[in-house]
Amino acid sequence: MSDSGGPLVLGIESSCDETGIGIVRGRELLANEVASSVAEHVRFGGVVPEVASRAHLSAMVPALRRACASADVDLSELDGIAVTAGPGLMGALVVGLSAAKALAVALNKPLYGVNHLIGHVAVDLLDHGPLPAECAALLVSGGHSSLLHVRDITGEVSELGATIDDAAGEAYDKVARVLGLAYPGGPAIDELAAQGNPKAIAFPRGLTAGKDQAKHRFDYSFSGLKTAVSRWVETERLAGREVPTADVAASFQEAVADVLTAKAVAACNYLGVDTLLLGGGVAANSRLRTLLAERTAAVGVTLRRPRPGLCTDNGAMIAVLGSAVVAAGRRPSALEIGADPGMPISTVLA
Amino acid sequence: MNLTLGIDTSTDVRVGLAKDGQILASRAVHDRRAHAELLLPLVSEVMDQAGAQFAELTAVVVGVGPGPFTGLRVGVVAALTLAEVLDAEVKGVCSLDVIALDWAERGDAPADFVVVADARRKEVYWARYDAAGARLDGPFVTKPDQVPELPLAGPGAALTGRVGVGPEEFNAGLLAAGADRLTAAGLEPLYLRRPDAEVPTKRKSTLVMPRIAMMGPR
Ligand SMILES: [Zn+2]
Repeated sequence: MSDSGGPLVLGIESSCDETGIGIVRGRELLANEVASSVAEHVRFGGVVPEVASRAHLSAMVPALRRACASADVDLSELDGIAVTAGPGLMGALVVGLSAAKALAVALNKPLYGVNHLIGHVAVDLLDHGPLPAECAALLVSGGHSSLLHVRDITGEVSELGATIDDAAGEAYDKVARVLGLAYPGGPAIDELAAQGNPKAIAFPRGLTAGKDQAKHRFDYSFSGLKTAVSRWVETERLAGREVPTADVAASFQEAVADVLTAKAVAACNYLGVDTLLLGGGVAANSRLRTLLAERTAAVGVTLRRPRPGLCTDNGAMIAVLGSAVVAAGRRPSALEIGADPGMPISTVLA
Repeated sequence: MNLTLGIDTSTDVRVGLAKDGQILASRAVHDRRAHAELLLPLVSEVMDQAGAQFAELTAVVVGVGPGPFTGLRVGVVAALTLAEVLDAEVKGVCSLDVIALDWAERGDAPADFVVVADARRKEVYWARYDAAGARLDGPFVTKPDQVPELPLAGPGAALTGRVGVGPEEFNAGLLAAGADRLTAAGLEPLYLRRPDAEVPTKRKSTLVMPRIAMMGPR
């Protein structure tokens, strides 16, 4: 183990469209290099797996080189190599996994194949220190919308609920397309919504009806909302009326933020925890942040959110989770592990 | 001393090791669907069995295809990463060239021949060579019936409906030992095909376009 500050771990992330290399010593961030292929996906209006995979291959070694230079550590001092083993896109995951395995054998270091989603929670250790004994976490991004119960970030995480259809970020992308806005939709809608009336149109809140409480109390659904927005806009257009895009954006965003925050706060109450952690790329959304801050404060729950630069996919979140896993004395992954596109949340370490 | 590791994942998983141009090991695992799982364990095993240390590697040479993309990238990223961290040289070569060199070194290669590999989707990858194993044309991806009527080698020869007469498989030991005789092909995989993805041309009234666009070939 390194002399001070906890295990020194290099983390690799390649589950979707960001290639990330992070280096941490315990909870100290030493390097965080991210190369994004998002610009290459814009014209497709979504992440194209093969395009993302090609970009990972081109970006991996340059990102590694930059991370090593900025951390200024000798790789021979590493206590382990952590890598996203899943969930994510298969072709993208194997690029990072293979790079991690190559580092592990070349440097003779243990390999830790970790869960990407739990990395989104772990990254807050860098900003706000150790987690309480128990907390809830809300992860929202283009790829995920999940509510988690975290008891031990290195071994005991369970899923309370998740989206049963689209992720929140996907709904943003689709609504952005309906409104003629750019991909990715999150920032574009957030900006437009600032000029609109969030109460102008009552869009549906998925899975909030009484009948859904038994089976889907903490699950999300954004597919119906997306369709409702699309139909509403279509109706206006067919009737020859000008579409109030700012009101549509604001009302849509309000529906998303309302249901995300209501269920997250209900989850805290249900679990009896006093801390809620917000992670994932959509955590940067202004309305979600404000509403969640209001609603958690109202019930005395502490809201933790990593700095925006660490909310999107990156290598530091994988490195810090790896470091926590090493510190907890968990057994390294076998060199034979594969990528697991559907890695369950109950699996922290492959 | 020159210690060279050879990696090829353009078909299944192949690893070779050569010292000063002499083959020390040439290994294969016949699995075309588990490159990410099997490659580095095989590399590690080959090094152990040869009693070699990773720090002693002076070069890594990798087959950059053509081949199925996902598997190909596993080999290329592993080679690039190993070379980077070990401060070794790295060289990419056309995988088909290795089979051509193999036939040329066997001494009975015809003056004009073709090496063929499986490109899936009822297509093949192929390139044309002379008796010395020098590439004359290609690599291409085409329907099997567009492969020239010449003697065939390579793992995809039978897909043309004809019988291959040259070496069938990639010899990763030769890839390592013959690294200096193989032409550099860059370090980008030889994809030969563009990524599959539909560009949405106009706004759709019903939103069916998923965030994850159409899957590319594996
Ligand atoms: Zn993510």
